[in-house]
Amino acid sequence: MSSIKDIQEEIVSEFEILGDDKESTVFYIMELGGSLGKFPENERKEENIIKGCQSKVWLIADDVDGKVHYQADSNTDITKGLISLLIRVLNNRSPEEILNAELNFINRIGMGSIIGSQRSNGLSAMIKQMKLYAFAFQTKQNA
Amino acid sequence: MSLNIDQIRGLFPVLHQEVHGKPLIYFDNAATTQKPQSVLDALSNYYGRDNSNIHRGAHALADRATQYYEETREAVREFVGAKEAAEIIFTKGTTESINLVAQTFGRKFIGKDDEIVISTMEHHSNIVPWQMLCEEKGAVLKIIPINDAGEIHFGEFEKLLSPKTKLVSIVHASNALGTINPVRKVIDAAHAVGARVLLDGAQSTSHLEINVQDLDCDFLAFSAHKLYGPTGLGVLYGKREILEAMPPFLGGGEMIKEVTFEKTTYNEIPFKFEAGTPNIADVIAFKSALDFIKQYGKPAIKAHEDALLAHANETMKPIRGFIPVGTAEEKVSVLSFNINGMHSFDVGQMLDAKGIAVRTGHHCTQPLMKRFGIEGTVRASFAVYNTKSEVDKMAEGLAQIARFKNK
Ligand SMILES: Cc1ncc(COP(=O)(O)O)c(C=O)c1O
Repeated sequence: MSSIKDIQEEIVSEFEILGDDKESTVFYIMELGGSLGKFPENERKEENIIKGCQSKVWLIADDVDGKVHYQADSNTDITKGLISLLIRVLNNRSPEEILNAELNFINRIGMGSIIGSQRSNGLSAMIKQMKLYAFAFQTKQNA
Repeated sequence: MSLNIDQIRGLFPVLHQEVHGKPLIYFDNAATTQKPQSVLDALSNYYGRDNSNIHRGAHALADRATQYYEETREAVREFVGAKEAAEIIFTKGTTESINLVAQTFGRKFIGKDDEIVISTMEHHSNIVPWQMLCEEKGAVLKIIPINDAGEIHFGEFEKLLSPKTKLVSIVHASNALGTINPVRKVIDAAHAVGARVLLDGAQSTSHLEINVQDLDCDFLAFSAHKLYGPTGLGVLYGKREILEAMPPFLGGGEMIKEVTFEKTTYNEIPFKFEAGTPNIADVIAFKSALDFIKQYGKPAIKAHEDALLAHANETMKPIRGFIPVGTAEEKVSVLSFNINGMHSFDVGQMLDAKGIAVRTGHHCTQPLMKRFGIEGTVRASFAVYNTKSEVDKMAEGLAQIARFKNK
């Protein structure tokens, strides 16, 4: 499995191909949203909604053999696309790796100017929640 | 008179730019309109030449600033057809104007079990102040239902009226749907039971000719920034006898006649409601915005906008998955819609990528969205400087976006 750093490099170069064209970038992100796995219907509930996002975002995580397995969904395709990028970088890794991850790809692909500053805050809230899950599993594993 | 739109566009510097590498198409006019150069000049002239505090100074600059400030008040009086300039109060915007009425008129004249009537299509700023008042006073908020086209049920409205009704506060033109409400009939019916009427004119004043004396409304609230004027400035019109009977809103300078530690007497209207140093620069610049509207005339502006709306309706209708929201007979130039299977935010982002600025979401009308069983809409709203070719570009863009989901 590639490292977090390598996957981020991959994403950055994919977005570089799209260049400055916001239209193709937005379409691409929405297409990515389609690749997000199916979210369990019974988990689509209030307590799994991430606060601080403008669109609705549901996030759950499981500890699968010491690795964190994330599942998420949103009511907007663009947000789904963004989540799919985060999941691609962080999924199925140990809590330590996730907690130590420096996610620089978001700034490097200029996400702020693509999705606007308010959505960027939502993205930060998503990352924070993903790290919180990792932290909880780490604490449990060390107990 | 048909307008020379090219020439008008030339007066708006902001329109001549690219966003995301595409020429800007600004269709978010119901949120705020752009400002003509004359308004920008008035702002910079005020600060560069006339800046001083008004009404109190004994010097040339203060005199000048006071004169310009009061000239705007007179221009607003004329704009809404009020009897006298003293009935025009400057506020921060529609929101503050409505809150002012709730906190002064409402607190004094609305009591336990009294009723306030609003409609399903109100902006949050014409809901929340009344909820706060009702909570404080034990008064009751009644809601006029609407039909699927987004028009009020007049018969149901009449049934809500009774001697308990103290105030009807209703939007003149809906920001989310564009519906123009039959305010004349509403006012007459409300007055027949002794209720006062506040019109939220935030969306109507830029399109419709308004004469508060003909309409006989008791209050009218609106915002300068939706009228080609500066942000952070609004107007409350009120009938003299009501304004005089109302207690002051904020306490401080300007609004007093005499202050002693024992008792303060209040200034005359409108100053009673303009505590502190007002938004002098924006008030002065607002006159240029009103002059701009006057120069072309609202009938000509509305005719142009109506033509754009009709053209938009026609060009969007064939788009697969296009769902219009709000199809009232009488509308201002607001086109609210959804694309089947898509969230309004996604549609808005894709339009933005094409240089087209629209509003998405609930438009501060959550109860209305709930009535339609939707989370929000995409809203394109047209102003005098928009063109048919811009509408065509949006239709092309939307057709492409809709194909993304409605293959
Ligand atoms: C119908 C309506 N009422 C009230 C408001 C509030 O105006 P402001 O934010 O300028 O106070 C708006 C603005 O969006 C509006 O459209």
